[in-house]
Amino acid sequence: MLQAYGIVVPQAVLAHSGAEAARAARRFGGQAVVKGQVLTGGRGKAGAIRLVSSAEDAERAADDILGMSVKDLSVKHVLVTEKIDIQGEYYLGITIDRDAKSVVLILSAAGGMDIEEVAASSPEQIRRLPLSAAAGKVEDVQAWLAESFSDKAQCKQAAEVVQNAYRLLREKDCSLVEINPLAVTAQGVLIAADAKVVLDDNAVPRHPELETMRNPEEYTTDELEARKAGLSFVSLFGEIGCMVNGAGLAMATMDGIKLAGGSPANFLDVGGSSNPQKVLDAMRILLRNKQLKVILVNIFGGITRCDDVAQGIVAARDQLGIAVPMVIRLVGTNEVQGRAILEEAGLIAARNMTDAVRDAVRCAQEGGANS
Amino acid sequence: MSILIDEKTKVIVQGITGRDGSFHARAMLEYGTQVVGGVTPGKGGQQVDAMPVFNTVAEAVAQTGATCSVIFVPARFAPDAVREAADAGISLVVCITEGVPVLDMVDLYHELQEKHVRLIGPNCPGVISPGQCKVGIMPGPIHKPGSVGVISRSGTLTYEVVYHLTQNNLGQSTCVGIGGDPIVGTGYIDLLTMFEADEQTEAIVLIGEIGGDAEEKAAAFIRSSVKKPVVAFISGRTAPPGKRMGHAGAIISGGKGGAEEKVKALREAGVTVVDRPDQMAEALSSAGR
Repeated sequence: MLQAYGIVVPQAVLAHSGAEAARAARRFGGQAVVKGQVLTGGRGKAGAIRLVSSAEDAERAADDILGMSVKDLSVKHVLVTEKIDIQGEYYLGITIDRDAKSVVLILSAAGGMDIEEVAASSPEQIRRLPLSAAAGKVEDVQAWLAESFSDKAQCKQAAEVVQNAYRLLREKDCSLVEINPLAVTAQGVLIAADAKVVLDDNAVPRHPELETMRNPEEYTTDELEARKAGLSFVSLFGEIGCMVNGAGLAMATMDGIKLAGGSPANFLDVGGSSNPQKVLDAMRILLRNKQLKVILVNIFGGITRCDDVAQGIVAARDQLGIAVPMVIRLVGTNEVQGRAILEEAGLIAARNMTDAVRDAVRCAQEGGANS
Repeated sequence: MSILIDEKTKVIVQGITGRDGSFHARAMLEYGTQVVGGVTPGKGGQQVDAMPVFNTVAEAVAQTGATCSVIFVPARFAPDAVREAADAGISLVVCITEGVPVLDMVDLYHELQEKHVRLIGPNCPGVISPGQCKVGIMPGPIHKPGSVGVISRSGTLTYEVVYHLTQNNLGQSTCVGIGGDPIVGTGYIDLLTMFEADEQTEAIVLIGEIGGDAEEKAAAFIRSSVKKPVVAFISGRTAPPGKRMGHAGAIISGGKGGAEEKVKALREAGVTVVDRPDQMAEALSSAGR
């Protein structure tokens, strides 16, 4: 993406094994960097980035890094890049400032490091420049950059990088374009030695080409299925499966479970106008989890209608053969109809969230024998 | 007095002929809101029940004298719908629509500032002054007129809290859902200022969640400028970092935006922070109501 926007990046080859990494390193005369590819920061600290000086080194490094985990994400491939003779490193990021409600350019001469740590330990090393919708007048940006880039030619290059990165952010609807480090080579060329781009999920529909960049390996199978079904889902590690409407209530339900001594298996927002099919899809996804001991349904009907949800729950029980107990809490729009549907099917719904959470936690602790 | 809306507020619905627009236009009308009409381009002259449909907001404003608009149009049309309302002289725009790209909001936010138009949302349940006027999608019957002002980033969680307040005989002056996106038209500080100045409001409930640092900023403001008691609840204390929890704005990233920092900042500002929504009534009582 950076290359397409005219930002200079190092030559690189993707490798899936030590042997492939060795072959790639040989192309760069053995002088290379082997980087574990995972979509998160902190790779350097985790040891997933290694400098090598021979093809054999590269093979060993790749073998070490492949199969490693960085922040719970396992490394499936490595990027082998040419080693650059780096004279200096900057941090350059363009992102959205939630407070100022504007796009902001962040620059630091302490490049290559974790910018959050720099911000915490030596905030004076970080400079920020709001970029207006007019993309910041080139001269203004250049004048501002001159304070950090004493070399005129480098300053001009930096201004170009800013312009290009800004164009990328705007045209592809990114919430972050981060170049770290922005390296200065021995020849005085600015090169994006590493970068991170975060896309705005809300804008992906108007950039269909970006959907193909979504890496399925970064999501659990359940998360991918949920996305297909139009559900907002995040896998966790507990044993109480949650189905809730609304993100805030879903988080509060997870928090409540923890507070009552239990542990949630997932975050799941079935969304606004949940029809019975959505509830059924959600149940199917929850039930794939082998750790599951109990299902907690917490619905506060607004747009969501309790009778729709009740129908979905009954259909799920009849079609999916739910082997774990269900604790249901159902209030709000069409509550009376919803409760009637459940009662007819022999299910009982609580009215109070705290009671429902407590019941679910107790069920899980008793091993989820039966309801 | 309530804030933002009252029994005199005249409301139009942008997207009134759509599935959600028509359903909620009726629900608002039933609640007692003065819904004076709606807008759907190309459908001017039609009616939804007795509510007239106009082609443009400008026409609707000229014919009805509306000052408030509520938006139900799809995300890709929502920013232009807000602009149209602002240009037509609407002073309060409530955008229910979810999924507006954040860069669109960056541009829109500054345009509205220049035009002195207040936007609530996007991605929000709307605003209700119980017993007077409802502009949004919240279930009306769970509310009750009273003296607690409610500000929240969430939808259903707000219903949960309001339901509990009403059950405990604590009515509300106005409840505002500010929206779950990273950039929203109106934030905590604007609303804290309004509630602090509002005579009807005696105490304020703040419902926050992970992501960003709006709660920390609100805490600093409460410490310096809010005398009325404030009780808060923060959701997402068990949310893992790096994962978007439904709302576009609800993500802990780069070690920032976690719940514990927010709870700490609010407590240090003298705010009572409860662990469960159903502890809110008791906390309000002991906070000096």
